[in-house]
Amino acid sequence: MTELRGIYTLWLREIKRFIRDRVRVIISFIQPLLWLVVFTAGFSARLVIPRVDYQQFLFPGIIGQTLLFTSMFMGISVIWDKEFGFMKEILVAPISRFSIFIGKMLGDSTAAMIQGVIVFTFGFLLGIPFNPLTLIIALPVMLLITFGLVSIGLIIASFIGSLENFGAIQTFINLPLFFLSGALFPTTGEGIPGWLQFASKFNPLSYGVDALRTVILGSDWTPLNPIHTNIAIIVIFDIAMIIIGTWAFSRMKK
Amino acid sequence: MTKMPHVIEIQNLTKTYKDFKAVDNLNINVDNGEIFGLLGPNGAGKTTTVSMLCTILKPTSGTAKIDGHDIIKEPSKVRKSIGIVFQDPSIDDRLTGRENLLMHANLYGVPTSIQKERIARILKLIELEDRADDLLRTYSGGMRRRLEIGRGLIHQPKVLFLDEPTVGLDPQTRDHIWRYIKDLKEANDITVVLTTHYMDEADRLSDRIAIMDHGKVVILDTPQKLKATLEGDVVVIKSNNNKNLEELLSKWFNFTKQHLEKDTLEVTVPNGRNAIPRIVELANQNSIYIESIVLREPNLEDVFLHYTGCSIRDDTTKELHGLSAIHRRAIR
Repeated sequence: MTELRGIYTLWLREIKRFIRDRVRVIISFIQPLLWLVVFTAGFSARLVIPRVDYQQFLFPGIIGQTLLFTSMFMGISVIWDKEFGFMKEILVAPISRFSIFIGKMLGDSTAAMIQGVIVFTFGFLLGIPFNPLTLIIALPVMLLITFGLVSIGLIIASFIGSLENFGAIQTFINLPLFFLSGALFPTTGEGIPGWLQFASKFNPLSYGVDALRTVILGSDWTPLNPIHTNIAIIVIFDIAMIIIGTWAFSRMKK
Repeated sequence: MTKMPHVIEIQNLTKTYKDFKAVDNLNINVDNGEIFGLLGPNGAGKTTTVSMLCTILKPTSGTAKIDGHDIIKEPSKVRKSIGIVFQDPSIDDRLTGRENLLMHANLYGVPTSIQKERIARILKLIELEDRADDLLRTYSGGMRRRLEIGRGLIHQPKVLFLDEPTVGLDPQTRDHIWRYIKDLKEANDITVVLTTHYMDEADRLSDRIAIMDHGKVVILDTPQKLKATLEGDVVVIKSNNNKNLEELLSKWFNFTKQHLEKDTLEVTVPNGRNAIPRIVELANQNSIYIESIVLREPNLEDVFLHYTGCSIRDDTTKELHGLSAIHRRAIR
């Protein structure tokens, strides 16, 4: 009971902090819009995807990308808490490190989901043809993707002392995961180098993006893997990250 | 009402880092309801001791019991029975005062039904009722400190640890905080463990003081008795040649202690009234001009010097620490 209250408390704190940081929320809208409008305008003539136009193809990818970038960025909350001493208050509280990790992870995931849903509505406003009701099915898929990605950010942040280092490492991880996920272009099929096809198989986001396309594009999209396989892989990845995260938080001293 | 004799029992507590003994076989009992001062220079082992008692740090050997709970076997129960105010700030400045208190209440499992009333009572005690719903970032350093102290009390701990509670605060605010600590102890049936390197702080607040140096307790007693152990008076002399005077005096007098400050010479003698004329005479004979000579009672600073052989005021690293703490508060 105490543990559940602790998780809820930490979750609520992350949400409050996120909502009060309006500048960050507003700025974060700009990037997905650039991809969906400018990148599409230049790229769609070059890249032909069977049965769907490029913007349709890109849209689930950009949702995945938004989740990736925001989730990883949320790890910064751990750095702030260490920097300003609040982490000590949490670490000496009589709740387990597992609950501390879960509370923070759920809070940051909720924040990342808010961003993801906003990008979803952009797609609708831009007139990308899809059924808005698919949002209801897409939400749980997005949430599962977010859990694992937020965990990566939290784990890295728990090891890192400074904001500068966190920024550098984040970029180092974000871009390969993004480029190898199939969000911008297909990573399988004819003309794609073998190493790229191979590398994308080890990217958890590949399965997330494929699952999102299956859900959003429906029968127009030929999935790389059956949806249940994608979901199973994402869930296994999430569980592994939560275990590592709990361990990483257990060794944190302040 | 049966009271436990000791709310904290420290038994052979030791913390070793490689070859360095930060805390060396410590044995202290703290009585229920007292303000217990841990006084010592930088690196004496005060914070290490407190960190072990708060279950943040694992002892190398030995243990301690807080309110009957073992710090190694029952860390969770220990954490529920203690409140901690860290040396460095540890509040969320993007939340309001009330939100910080509420969050603490939830983390420590204070029942929802009594949270509101408890928080209102604490806010009144720390006189922050009218600022409770403002973001912490708009608070002054002293107000933040008060909120941290109040927060430590929300779950009604048996023991409150205050680690250098007034570092980096201006004299007026320090005075204010001291009053709060005294008041809250009266109002809350609580034991307070205070670590400090400020003599006046330890003197004014503590019922008993343990002076620590090199991981050990050098002496433990009430401030009054500690000062009384330095039987005698301190003669403070200002002359045009302190150094020579010191040498001269050391040949003629039987000092408990002597100490050369920047421009004053302090000597502790059994009977100050009798010593003064002889000191003046001796100076005259050797053509040293005495500008002023003052007699005073020994203070804790003298006690500290007597038992550790070094002055806490000379400890520049600690001052730096204080400055960096100010800086840290200021940048937010």
